[in-house]
Amino acid sequence: MSTLSVEEPEQAESRVHYLNVHYGVKSWLLTTDHKRIALLYLASITLFFLVGGSAAVLIRMNLLTPTGLLVEPATYNKLFSIHGIVMVFFFLIPSIPAVLGNFLVPLMIGARDLAFPKLNLLSWYVYIVGGLFTLYAVIAGGVDTGWTFYAPYSSTYSNTHVMAAALGVFITGFSSILTGLNFIVTIHKMRAPGMTWFRLPLFIWAMYATSVIFILGTPVIGITILLIALERAAHLGIFNPALGGDPLLFQHLFWFYSHPAVYIMILPAMGVESELITCFSKKRIFGYSFVAMSSLAIALLGFLVWAHHMFVAGVSMYAGMVFSILSYLVAVPSSVKVFNWTATLYKGSISYEAPMLYGMGFIGLFSMGGVTGMFLASLGMDVHVHDTYFVIAHFHYIMVGGAVMAYLGGIHFWWPKISGRMYPEGWARFSALIIFLGFNLTFFPQYILGYLGMPRRYPVYPPEFQVLNVMSTAGASILGVGYLIPLIYLIWSMRYGPVASSNPWGAKGLEWQAPSPPPTDNFEETPVVTAQAYDYPSREVEVA
Amino acid sequence: MPPGIPLAPPQASTFAPGVDHLFLFLLGVTGSVAILVFVLIFIFAVKYRRRSPDEVPPRVHETMFLEVAWIGIPFLLMLVMFGWGAEIYYEEFHPPPGSLEIFVVGKQWMWKLQHPEGKREIDELHVPVGRPVKLTMTSEDVIHDFFIPAFRIKKDVLPGRYSSLWFEATKTGTYHFFCSQYCGTNHSEMKGWVVVMNPAEYQQWLSGGAGGETMEQAGARLFQKLACTNCHRSDNSGRAPTLVGVYGRPVKLVDGSTVMADDAYIRESILRPAARVAAGYQPIMPTFQGQVNEESILQLIAYIKSLKIPESPERMKAAP
Amino acid sequence: MPESHAMAAHQFDDLEQQREAASLGIWVFIATEIMFFGGLFTGYTVYRTQYFASFVAGSHLLDLKLGAVNTAVLICSSLTMALAVYAAQTGKRKLLILFLIFTMILGTGFLGIKFVEYATKYHHHLIPGFNFAPEGVYPPQMQLYFCFYFAMTALHALHMIIGLGLLAALVIMAGRGRFTPESHNPVEAIGIYWHFVDIIWIFLFPLLYLVGGR
Repeated sequence: MSTLSVEEPEQAESRVHYLNVHYGVKSWLLTTDHKRIALLYLASITLFFLVGGSAAVLIRMNLLTPTGLLVEPATYNKLFSIHGIVMVFFFLIPSIPAVLGNFLVPLMIGARDLAFPKLNLLSWYVYIVGGLFTLYAVIAGGVDTGWTFYAPYSSTYSNTHVMAAALGVFITGFSSILTGLNFIVTIHKMRAPGMTWFRLPLFIWAMYATSVIFILGTPVIGITILLIALERAAHLGIFNPALGGDPLLFQHLFWFYSHPAVYIMILPAMGVESELITCFSKKRIFGYSFVAMSSLAIALLGFLVWAHHMFVAGVSMYAGMVFSILSYLVAVPSSVKVFNWTATLYKGSISYEAPMLYGMGFIGLFSMGGVTGMFLASLGMDVHVHDTYFVIAHFHYIMVGGAVMAYLGGIHFWWPKISGRMYPEGWARFSALIIFLGFNLTFFPQYILGYLGMPRRYPVYPPEFQVLNVMSTAGASILGVGYLIPLIYLIWSMRYGPVASSNPWGAKGLEWQAPSPPPTDNFEETPVVTAQAYDYPSREVEVA
Repeated sequence: MPPGIPLAPPQASTFAPGVDHLFLFLLGVTGSVAILVFVLIFIFAVKYRRRSPDEVPPRVHETMFLEVAWIGIPFLLMLVMFGWGAEIYYEEFHPPPGSLEIFVVGKQWMWKLQHPEGKREIDELHVPVGRPVKLTMTSEDVIHDFFIPAFRIKKDVLPGRYSSLWFEATKTGTYHFFCSQYCGTNHSEMKGWVVVMNPAEYQQWLSGGAGGETMEQAGARLFQKLACTNCHRSDNSGRAPTLVGVYGRPVKLVDGSTVMADDAYIRESILRPAARVAAGYQPIMPTFQGQVNEESILQLIAYIKSLKIPESPERMKAAP
Repeated sequence: MPESHAMAAHQFDDLEQQREAASLGIWVFIATEIMFFGGLFTGYTVYRTQYFASFVAGSHLLDLKLGAVNTAVLICSSLTMALAVYAAQTGKRKLLILFLIFTMILGTGFLGIKFVEYATKYHHHLIPGFNFAPEGVYPPQMQLYFCFYFAMTALHALHMIIGLGLLAALVIMAGRGRFTPESHNPVEAIGIYWHFVDIIWIFLFPLLYLVGGR
């Protein structure tokens, strides 16, 4: 056990740290401190989560009856579009990288800040400008293209505010690019003495792989969305078959980014998971190099599988086969991670604080999403379930069951470091359980709905699908409550939570050597690293 | 599950049992791996729970064998999943020769279907049981998708090109079909019923009602009405190539390349005649964009398809 | 004076680390830029393969001479930019300012010639979505060619304009004596950016002006 620097409450109040070093709105809006920028992101993505979540609630309510309980189909289409656009581009993609990544990357590698702090602040402003465009699209009357913006519907036929939403997504892309650039340079050039590549925490490996996707993928969707906007403004025919354009080209370009974008959501979640599993079982990660390298493998292979979204879209049979087998290849490193996490638990010293409960929930839900991905990669199977609720359930298990569980686990785990306060443990465990149950009740029935053939994006559906839809909506209401509980107690704990020590979990990792909350420059003196990551004490025993 | 909720749609095509078997295989393999992982996590979580705060766990040595095993074994299983899925996909791309052809045009938000014999229907598709049916599909506006859950088959329907799917119904009855590619406001209304009938009933249905004009005849009428015959003469004496016997054969183009005269090429030549001009002719044909809709084009193609060169010299003599 | 400017920013240990970070940063940025243009190049390639005749016809309506002159102008500007970086490395302030201004003049010249070309296209009614109505018979997908011509050259020109703004900022900073042989990261970084924009044009010129041989 490392010695804990337990502080008295009064000391923590009097000590200068990043939260109390300056006061006032201006000190936040003009900050270049990576920790404060992380909190700016935390507040803004929470806002967008509430927008996207409200849309989800209305969607599920509407599906209570086969004829649509609440709204007209035109409104329903706007609801699911805004749910998708906001959740994907304004919540999930920035969630772990921009909040936890911004906060932790310098702390974990022993740096005082990211390499380009002003660029970091700029990326938040870019994100906000993009967000305002999108919110304008919502308030001005909505957009009904779905988050996928498929041409020629989005470029020629839709009469809604496609332009504003598309520009919002385009602009926000630059925020991701700047964040990715900052992380790559920081991880390459600013590691503390002794922090070699293979001593890096796995969260850093995950952020590095994610940044590669930010850098190489995001510009492609940028230019694609720009072409859609151009086509819409000037009717050029780039994606319009009437003028010789090819709508499939749009899909290729779109998925070239948007499939790797899924890995932008899940890789950071896997990074968080590695931190949680090791800390709460007091064990070194099983197969460090395999877990680290699988992140890079996922990021690189992830660029080669985009057309598996297009098996029934009109690609050739051979293209289908090539992309099917490549999709299986990318499943291998993901399963390697799951097996290594499981093996890490073996003979550990496992405790069940709330972050670990989220972490175990993550493995369960992510595995469920992962194995159903293998159904979708199988060509003959995909032809039947493509564009049905099976796909909806699959990617929600990955993106909500996986990414959001890990995000919440990470927020709880590092909350003492971020806020200097402990969250209420009982409530946190309770909400982890509620979210896990609510999630499964919401999305498991959707697998069955999908196999039965209910297509996605249907406000009105044949009556035989009603029972499963009602189950799903019931689950969604539990899930919604589950998400609200942490929002309330975390805000409460910022003021009333017990004061946290610098290392309440007894975790390894440089971030825990800094005080909670850390001072602006993170460390009083630059730490020197002498050991591997997750160097928890262990006793040697003879192998039986 | 509450009783009464089916877990799969009815199996009503030759593809359905294969896809369901593949589903059960995938469920069996991935399910058992997932359950193994869950059980292990549960056992570890209980057995190795922290008993005291300063407990020191034993060191576990990593073995390369384990890593290689859990990379290699899942990958081999995945190869089977790939192969099985690819086999079904391959079949779905190869309609048997002699399939019954039906033509589908999607538009916001309805399906228009034509049988070669001339029968037309909206949001309903009548097919005979036990005979392969090939749908040739196109869209008048955005991308749609023709999806029949009971047949386990779907395909996107794109504007500006023909896509196709085929199936062979195995059970009479009425089954849903859906548009499963989001296409705008009333996307969810763009659905209908496939009615699978006995061959005899199907014949009766085909000849029933009004109509009387086959697609081929309708195409011939259009061919006259649009004055195509002024240039495309059957004896090759016009300003444009004869269309007799052109379907399904290679055509030499002005730039020296050749193109197969298939549905897509004929469609393009009607709408954008200057795109690929046959060798030896001037690009003088006007476009018919706006004068013909997708259904008329399909009728014209049906007509051009029917213009066959008499098969053998004997028959040529017989029909001077 | 130079010492106070030569301090590393607070997050860096020393100037060496700061220099390496800036250099890696600009290269990563170039990678992202390549992917940005890459989307357009992909679209161009797809349609050029599909509608080769239309692309040849469109290409033949461009002014090859102006395009070639512009290529030469831009290559010269890369040379003056390289010389400017060299002047910064050797601490020759006046030379640095001179070469930066040369580079700006050449860059502006490029944009001027590009403007003349655009104006001609306007008079010939060749701007898709605005006044596309070329005279005579033309292949049906020539409009697609001009879509890509304008999208790619306009995006390139936008990068040039941004580059000119950055160069102007460099001139001002150089005038204030902000650069020393030890610390001139902005000059190096913007130099790399300028060369990248040149290289994009080196690809655009044959792809747009020389389709199907001339």
